[in-house]
Amino acid sequence: MARMKFLCDADRCIECNACVTACKNEHEVPWGINRRRVVTIADGKPGERSVSMACMHCTDAPCAAVCPVNCFYTTADGVVLHSKDLCIGCGYCFYACPFGAPQYPKVGNFGSRGKMDKCTYCAGGPEADGSKEEYEKYGANRLAEGKLPLCAEMCSTKSLLAGDGEIIAQIYKERVLKRGYGSGAWGWKTAYRETIES
Amino acid sequence: MSSFARFIRPAIGAWALLLLVMAAPMPSPAQQINPTASSVNEQKLLQEMDRIQGRVSIPDQRSGVLMQPAGREWREFRNVALRWIGGVAVLGMLVVLVIFYLTRGMVRLESGRSGRTIVRFNTFERFVHWMTATCFIILAVSGLNITFGRPLLLPLIGFDAFSEWSQWAKFAHNYLSFPFTIGVVLIFLMWVGGNIPSKVDLEWIKRGGGLFGHDHPPARRFNAGQKGIYWIVVIGGGLVAATGYVLMFPFYLTGIEGMQMAQIVHSIVAVLFIAAMLAHIYIGTIGMEGAFEAMGSGEVDVNWAREHHSLWLDQEMARSGPNDSRPQPRHAASAAE
Repeated sequence: MARMKFLCDADRCIECNACVTACKNEHEVPWGINRRRVVTIADGKPGERSVSMACMHCTDAPCAAVCPVNCFYTTADGVVLHSKDLCIGCGYCFYACPFGAPQYPKVGNFGSRGKMDKCTYCAGGPEADGSKEEYEKYGANRLAEGKLPLCAEMCSTKSLLAGDGEIIAQIYKERVLKRGYGSGAWGWKTAYRETIES
Repeated sequence: MSSFARFIRPAIGAWALLLLVMAAPMPSPAQQINPTASSVNEQKLLQEMDRIQGRVSIPDQRSGVLMQPAGREWREFRNVALRWIGGVAVLGMLVVLVIFYLTRGMVRLESGRSGRTIVRFNTFERFVHWMTATCFIILAVSGLNITFGRPLLLPLIGFDAFSEWSQWAKFAHNYLSFPFTIGVVLIFLMWVGGNIPSKVDLEWIKRGGGLFGHDHPPARRFNAGQKGIYWIVVIGGGLVAATGYVLMFPFYLTGIEGMQMAQIVHSIVAVLFIAAMLAHIYIGTIGMEGAFEAMGSGEVDVNWAREHHSLWLDQEMARSGPNDSRPQPRHAASAAE
């Protein structure tokens, strides 16, 4: 079974934010919620890099570990998903997440933040694949259709890679070898406890 | 000669072109431009400030934090340390109380009941006490559920029922915090006069509060043990309320580190608070004969007052005398000296 991962090649990201827009459109993500965002580090200075970041679908996911109601589960593909029916909106997953992935539709209304929302790796939720309920709660289930996450599939510079971890790591390694440089797979050490030697 | 030159010139030209073509795509490694040489580096940034932050073009500026592995320590606290602290505090206190009950038993009224009573807590005081107490118990159970529910209760009742219960428990926890906080403030104002430590307390503590043996050290309206409970309620209650409201209005006052710290303080103080209240509940019910009446009917037997609060009884007797038949209403201010 494949172990699905994201990899953002920061040396290719041009901060076009198309991944952010595609994600919002594909899943009809509510107003105010961004499952993916592009962060520009050292903006306007030499050495500036942009990284597209969403839920990294961590190995031994911290969100799943701290959830008081155990609403998270990891699919056979290594995708970390959650049940909005079980979520109580306590906000603990956000405190534990290293990537700021969990989002809440409401903020600060006496602690009722609503059900947590995050990147699903375009893999929906616990409902039947492709069902109306699944789409309304979690958005499209592209994985069930044999497609990869839209953000990575439509990335114009192929900076954002999604797919089996070993394959995308191999693609990245070949790139680094060919062009002679690479600033590393951002977040991999934190999420998967491994780095890609470059 | 000229024919030879005509022949050799294109040959040299071709060679030179070939050299140029070969040299261009494969420059020597030393001359190669490395765009990442000066670029930001993940590991270096994380070592420098424990988080990586940048600019985002979406409205939510907080999403500019790219990475902050600090949540790992918080996860360790929540899933390991807190369960140990809470488990030891709460279960340890229960064990101590059971052992104490089995060895010491109920603290009896040694002189028996006199049949005459004296007002100890008026209606308003009892209302505030029970409002705070009711809220506390619900807050404690719903709070413990967040930490211990998943390993203990979830396997018993299943995902759906546990989630439903936890959702209601969370609402109760959030909304009952308001009457609880008001209760803590009123308790502080109402009884602060009688809870300032004094010399009498030293004597009381030296004699072990009469917990062991049949000693009855003198005490005013509140003995040193009760003063301890009072300040635990005021300070502990103040801390859980303050940190609780920080958690309830996420990111209004503080960032992620502040939220994690608020949760850490809130939970540690809360489990210690629960342990202290177990002891309070014990001594107020099965631990001591005649004690519950103080918060139940509000009137205690005069003999109980003489044994446990001799100085207070003397003062009250000098003022008015006991209720022979009917309870006489008295103001909180006068009762609290």
